[in-house]
Amino acid sequence: MKQLNRLQWDKFVPVLVMLTLLVGSFSNEKFLTTSNMTFLIQSIGEIMLIAFSMTFLIIAGEIDLSVSSTAALSSCTLGFVWQHTSNIPLAVLSALAVGFVCGAINGLLVTKLGLQSLAVTIGTLALYRGLCFALLGDNRLTPFPTSFTSLNFKGLFGTWVPYVVVPLVVFGVAFGVVLHATRLGRWVFAIGQSKDAARFVGISVQRTVLAMFITNGLMAGVAGVIYTIRFASARPDGAVGMELEVIAAALFAGVSIFGGVGTMWAVASSVAFLGSIRSLLRLKGANANELTIVTGSLLLVSVVIPAIGVRVSGRRHSRSPLRGALDPAPTGGADLGNRGTPDEPQVLARP
Amino acid sequence: MSVVTTTVSHSAVNRSGSSFLRRREVPVGAALLFVLVGTSLSNHRFLSSQGRTDLMLAAAITGMVAIGETFVLLMRKVDLSVGSTLGLAAYVAGSAIKDGGDGQLIKAFAVGIAVGLCVGLVNGLLIALLDLPALVVTLGTLYVVQGIQAKIVGGTRITADRLPGDFVSFGVDRFLGVPKLMWIVLVAGAIASVYLRHMRSGRDLYAVGSNPPASLLAGIPVRWRTLGAYMGCGACAGIAGVLFVARLGGVDANAGRGYELAVIAACVVGGVNIFGGSGTIIGALLGAMLLRSIGFSLSALSIPEFWQQAVNGALLLVAISADRIVTLRRERAERIGQR
Repeated sequence: MKQLNRLQWDKFVPVLVMLTLLVGSFSNEKFLTTSNMTFLIQSIGEIMLIAFSMTFLIIAGEIDLSVSSTAALSSCTLGFVWQHTSNIPLAVLSALAVGFVCGAINGLLVTKLGLQSLAVTIGTLALYRGLCFALLGDNRLTPFPTSFTSLNFKGLFGTWVPYVVVPLVVFGVAFGVVLHATRLGRWVFAIGQSKDAARFVGISVQRTVLAMFITNGLMAGVAGVIYTIRFASARPDGAVGMELEVIAAALFAGVSIFGGVGTMWAVASSVAFLGSIRSLLRLKGANANELTIVTGSLLLVSVVIPAIGVRVSGRRHSRSPLRGALDPAPTGGADLGNRGTPDEPQVLARP
Repeated sequence: MSVVTTTVSHSAVNRSGSSFLRRREVPVGAALLFVLVGTSLSNHRFLSSQGRTDLMLAAAITGMVAIGETFVLLMRKVDLSVGSTLGLAAYVAGSAIKDGGDGQLIKAFAVGIAVGLCVGLVNGLLIALLDLPALVVTLGTLYVVQGIQAKIVGGTRITADRLPGDFVSFGVDRFLGVPKLMWIVLVAGAIASVYLRHMRSGRDLYAVGSNPPASLLAGIPVRWRTLGAYMGCGACAGIAGVLFVARLGGVDANAGRGYELAVIAACVVGGVNIFGGSGTIIGALLGAMLLRSIGFSLSALSIPEFWQQAVNGALLLVAISADRIVTLRRERAERIGQR
């Protein structure tokens, strides 16, 4: 039943985006203007890019909290290298390399040592952020060439569509195809359902998980570069708290924190939905605090409603002898990470 | 799983008679001692009377939250909303006693605990009754409580001159050389320690964290224990909020931001397994003390303060890696021993 509910929910998220745009255009004439849309798309760019690769990790039953620090470190590296070499391509490349290395450190600690990704990435969250300050001190760097930062103001083919749409579409399609239409994508779901079972059918779990962490670090690196372009500055305290926004968006999209369930289109829509709700509320004069409350409540609602649905339908079907047996059993294995146990009561329901 | 290994190793350890040295708190305590002694050798002012007080005051707040977080982590859950709860409790308690006379200490704590219990109740109900994932729920309440806090605080702030004089001095006063705030943490830690070690419901938390389905089959009221653990965690964060106002003599909209990860780091460094089932209050408090000491030690050694975060992160990684390697070795040794 849980599967069914989640399936319906992820189809509903794109509808929510449409509804928000529709309601928004009627309730505020400033909402569906080109300038507001440009701003909206720019404001969700970094979050969406990281959300793409984070979806893979969460579906595989892992998590990465260090993405905001990785993005900031790559942004700081970009500034640092530019300041010392005045070579933008080199600076961008080293920023991406930093993302790669950060992701690889996370991945190696998780796969080689068998540590829980939650604990590891809380550690690297602090570590990478500390390195940002070590690199730049308390300063922020703003001496970027206008040829680099003006990219932010240029539309695609001279239209209102910001350039950031290109990486969003390219990466979105690529990640979506890999997740839903390739063998690698099926592996990710299999790993999220049960690491042991995945290993027994011959999936190289460790290598896949390592690759996902590295990809996630790289995407955080890309986000760091885009962040630098958007604000035309590199600052050690940039992007603080972005990890929670990314994870909130993925979870709102119905990606199961227990692994094994989730879709790419729902995640993309969910980032767009949260972004447009924020934009709409901001136009209506809401301040940042009210936006925080709305984000949190939406996240809670997105898990509470399916759970109540499961309860209601579960009561109706509670006499079925198959109940519990069909759901993946809660394993006590250390692989699941600190994710609680979703199916406790069903153990008792078994005959 | 972890409890199984610890019980096995404990019985083996008791035979060899070195159970104390095998305890997880020992390396943390040793590291703490090393940092304190090493730093005071190179900077004699580090452990002066004022230095000791500052250090203990800073560690008290993190430690108080860490006590509550331990309850939750033991059950294989997590509470990310503690930082926001601390901030909200700090502001509400501060406004309850501001512009009033002396003797309102009890009132401040009552208000702070009440705020914490409310947040804990919401978390606990959602997680225990609806079987929702703890990470998602507490991430949601982190945002909601933070937003509520920022909304009611607005642009205002409570400053020391509007707080009762005895409350502000309570934040810096000492008793037997130890700040009063630290005494509160020590007493709370002692109560929590006895509860977890000797009370049946406290032992239940370890059982649930080691194997949730088995503990349910064994008749442990898992839902009630979960609810209780979250309310306890909220109450501790609430008390920490009051300590926060007392120590800083004021509170603004940013109070408590980012505490959640520092607190979880402190617990994990102190040996509380993030995967539930093992860990002690003493360990969590030592972890909080160690992380804080390193921060103070860096500034005493005139190392730029921003290295602190990097060192804390690296320390967390070292702690969990070392734990893991020791566990792997022990498991291998036991396998060989069984043969």
